[in-house]
Amino acid sequence: MKAFLKLAAATLALALPTAVSAQDVTITNAKLAIGDGSDPIDDGMVIVRNGTIVFAGTAANAPAGRQSGTMVDARGQWVSPGIFMPLTNLGLWDVGAVSESNDIRAGDSLFGAALDASTAVNYASQHIAVSRAGGVTRATISTGPSGSIFAGQGAAIDLGADPDAIVAAKSFQLVLLGETGARLAGGSRVAAYAEFANALHEAKAYAAGNWNAEASLLTRADAAALVSVIGGSQKLYVHVERAADIRAVLALRSTYPKLDMVLVGVSEGWIVADAIAASGVPVIADPLDNLPANFEELGATQSNVGRMVDAGVTVALGGLSGGITGPRTAPQFAGNLVALSKVPGASGLTWGEALASITSIPAEISGFGGKYGVLKAGAAADVVIWDGDPLEVSSAPTKVFIDGIEQPLTNHQTRLRDRYKDLDESDLPKAYDW
Amino acid sequence: MRYRALTILGGAVALAACSASGQSKPASASDAPAPQAETPYASTYQAYPSAETLIIPVSVFDGAGGGWDNGWVHMKDGKIAAVGGPTSRPPEVDNVVDGTGKVVTPGIIDIHSHLGDYPTPSVQAHADGNEATSPTTPEVWAEHSIWPQDPGFSRAMANGGITSLQILPGSANLMGGRTVTLKNVPSRTVQGMKFPGAPHGMKMACGENPKRVYGGKGRMPSTRMGNFAVNRQTWIDAQQYADGDRKNRDLANETLAGVLDGEIQIHNHCYRADEMALVIDMAKEFGYTVSTFHHAVESYKIGDLLRENDVCSAVWADWYGFKMESYDGIPENAALIQQAGACVVIHSDDENGIQRLNQEAAKAQAAGKRIGIDISDADVISWITLNAAKAMGIDDQTGSLTAGKMADVVLWNGDPLSVYSRPEKVWVDGALLYDANDPKRRPVSDFELGQPGEGDVK
Repeated sequence: MKAFLKLAAATLALALPTAVSAQDVTITNAKLAIGDGSDPIDDGMVIVRNGTIVFAGTAANAPAGRQSGTMVDARGQWVSPGIFMPLTNLGLWDVGAVSESNDIRAGDSLFGAALDASTAVNYASQHIAVSRAGGVTRATISTGPSGSIFAGQGAAIDLGADPDAIVAAKSFQLVLLGETGARLAGGSRVAAYAEFANALHEAKAYAAGNWNAEASLLTRADAAALVSVIGGSQKLYVHVERAADIRAVLALRSTYPKLDMVLVGVSEGWIVADAIAASGVPVIADPLDNLPANFEELGATQSNVGRMVDAGVTVALGGLSGGITGPRTAPQFAGNLVALSKVPGASGLTWGEALASITSIPAEISGFGGKYGVLKAGAAADVVIWDGDPLEVSSAPTKVFIDGIEQPLTNHQTRLRDRYKDLDESDLPKAYDW
Repeated sequence: MRYRALTILGGAVALAACSASGQSKPASASDAPAPQAETPYASTYQAYPSAETLIIPVSVFDGAGGGWDNGWVHMKDGKIAAVGGPTSRPPEVDNVVDGTGKVVTPGIIDIHSHLGDYPTPSVQAHADGNEATSPTTPEVWAEHSIWPQDPGFSRAMANGGITSLQILPGSANLMGGRTVTLKNVPSRTVQGMKFPGAPHGMKMACGENPKRVYGGKGRMPSTRMGNFAVNRQTWIDAQQYADGDRKNRDLANETLAGVLDGEIQIHNHCYRADEMALVIDMAKEFGYTVSTFHHAVESYKIGDLLRENDVCSAVWADWYGFKMESYDGIPENAALIQQAGACVVIHSDDENGIQRLNQEAAKAQAAGKRIGIDISDADVISWITLNAAKAMGIDDQTGSLTAGKMADVVLWNGDPLSVYSRPEKVWVDGALLYDANDPKRRPVSDFELGQPGEGDVK
C-alpha cells in the first residue's frame, strides 16, 4: 500500500483521528529490536523514506550523509517493528455480546468457504484504534465458523487511521477439523473429514468446468472459493489441537499434495513436534494455553511453543486466550514465554525469538516475509517507539508509525480517561468536558 | 476506613459493618437472632507439616504497603513469625532459603474465581456455576458445586502464586447464591479446602446477565428496572423472615438474613457506574453493605462515591468491549480508583487470568503512571493480597506478612510486577506446596493421571 494513497485517504476521513502525513523519519539513540529473532541493539538508528525502511541497525553502520525529514530522539526508549497479529477479529465487531454490532459469525448463512472477511472490515473500529495504540500495526482477520467446517476467507489488514485497511483480501481459508469442526459437521470427526473430502472434490469439479449444482452439496460460491485452496494458491489454515488430529491433518497432504497448510491452535503440538517440523508446515499457537479445556487439549502446556521451536517448527503466536483484551496483549504473551526460560523443566523462547513470534514470523506465515514485522531495508515502515522493553507489561508505545505515517493513539478509552482524570463537576457536568 | 450504620428495620436491629472488615457482630444480645447451629459443611482443612524456614536475604513486599530490600521472612509453626529488614537481626534457623535476587510476597489472593464450579475440562457436565432456573437463588452454595480435582487449581498455584481464592456462583441470577473461600491446597473434598473461619459471601449480579437470561425465558426480570424490583421484593421478604423467629428453615432466607445480620458479605457483579450507585442505595434501603463490586469497569467514574461508601472494586487490568456494559472499560481504571481513595482489588474471573494476577496488577499500575498517578510497587501488591483479604473478611488471618498470620508466602524468581518473573516456591500455612526446582513438589489432579502431560511443567 502506497503511503501517498493512505495520505489521500486519511484526509477524507474527517470523523476519525487521522494520521497526519507521510514523513521521512530518522529515529536515533534507540534500543533497537529488529524483529528477526536477534537480540536488541544499543544506539540503534532507523531511517524511513517514503514509507519504507532504508536502514535499521547500529548507528555506526548507518549510511553516511545527512538524514532528511523528521528526527526523533528515542534516547531511553525502545524501537521495534509493529506487532503483526494473525487470526484476529479486528474490524469485524464493536461489542461482543451485541449481535447486531458483530460480524464475527454468520450463524444463519447459507455460505461457508465463500464468506470473505474483507467485505466487512470497519476501519474505524474502536478495537483497531485500541490495538494500534498498543503497537499492533498489521493483522490478519477471519470470521468464525458458522454452518460449515469452512469458516471462510481471511484477510490481511493494516491498523492505520485511514479508510484503506485491506492489505490483502482472501489471503487464506480457515477450516476446523478438531472438536469444533466435528460438531459443525454433524457430530463427529468422521463427518468433518467426509465434509472436507467432499468439498475439495466438488471444488475440483468446479475448477474443471464440471459443476453440477443439483448433484452438489456445496453452494456454487463455496465451491468457487475453494478452487484456490486445492490449487495451493490460497493458504489453508487448519484448526486442530490434539496430537492425533495434527498427525491426521499432516497426512492429508498425501491425498492433496498442493495444499499450502498452516496449523492453528495445536495445543498438543509439542507431542508431535518432530513430525510438524519435518512437514515444514508452520503453526499459529495460543502460547499460554495450559489447561485441559477439552479432551483435545489434555496435554496443553505453556512450554508448547518453546518445544516446537526447539524442534524446528516455525511458530507464530495467535488466538490468545486468558482474557478479553485483544491483540494489544500480544507482547505480554510473548514476554511470558521469555519468563519460561527461567523455569526449570520448561521451554520458553529467547527475547529475540519471542518478539519475532509476534512480528516477523506471523508476517512470514501470512505471506509477507521481509515486508512486515521486521525492521530491514525494503520493509514497510511499521515502527513502534516504546517507553520501555516492548515485552514488559509496564511498557507502552509512545509513537506508532504505519507505512512511515505517524498514527494517532487516541480512541474512546483515552477520551474517557481524559474526562475522568478528576471527578470535578463544580462548574458543569462531566458531559461538557470534551 | 471502617464505619457502622445502624438501621432500624421493623423493630429489629440490623447492623451492617464495614464491608471490608467481615468482623461485624449483632448489635446486642437481646436483639440478635438466635444463633444458627454450627455452620454445616464445615472446613476440615488442616495445614500440612511445615519446617521452620528463614528466607534471607530477600526483597520483601509485605502486602500491607511495605516494601524493602535485603530483608528476611521467618516462618514457624505454619505462621509468619517475623519479618525484618537489613538492620534487623534474623533468628537462627536451620532451614534457610537463599532469596538473593528474588522477591517475597504474601500468597496471592483471587477474590473472583470459578475454579471448581466451572472447572476444566469445560464440558457441559461440569457447568455447575449458575443455577439459572430462578432469578434469585440465595439458597444455593457454590461449595456444593466445586470439583476439587479441577486442574486449574494447580496452575493458579504454580504460575500465579495463588494461596487463597473465593469461588462464586455465576452471574445469571440477581442473587446467585453463597460464595466460598478456599485455601489453594489440593484435597479429596471441598471441605478439605475451605478456608477456616472465612465468612460466606453472597453473589449478586447487576445489569445485562439476569435480564437477558430471564427476559429470554419470558419472565421477570427482563429490564434493569425489573432487576431492581425483584431484588427489592426479595429483600423485603427476607426482612420479614429475619424479623421473625426464623424457626422454619428456609435456605434462601437464611442466606439473606445472614447478609442483613452482617455475617455474609455481598459480592456484587456490576459493571456500570450508574448501576453501582443504585445498588449502594438499595443496600442502604435494606440495611446491608456491599463488600465489593466485581468487574467494576466503570468504577473510575464514581471513585468518590465508592470511597464514601467504603466499597471495594474488583477489576481486571484492561478487559473491555465484550458486552455493552463493559464498553467503557479503560486500563487506567484501577489507578483512578486508587487516586480517589477507594479500595482496589485485581481479580481474574478466569482460569487463565488467575495465573497472572501479578502481571495484571503491573499493567494497571503502569497505565496509571502514564497519566501521572504514581502508585508504589508495594501498594500494587496489596491489590492482590491484603485488599482482597479485607474484602473477603480473611485479613485477620492472611493477606500480609504480619507476625501471627498464616505463613501463606510466595518466593518469586524476580520482580513480581515483571512479565519475566514466576513463583519459585509457594508455601501455604508454612507447608511448601510448590517448588519450581522440584518436579514432584507440584499438585497433579486425579483427572490428569495417565493423560498426556501428567506432571509436566504447565
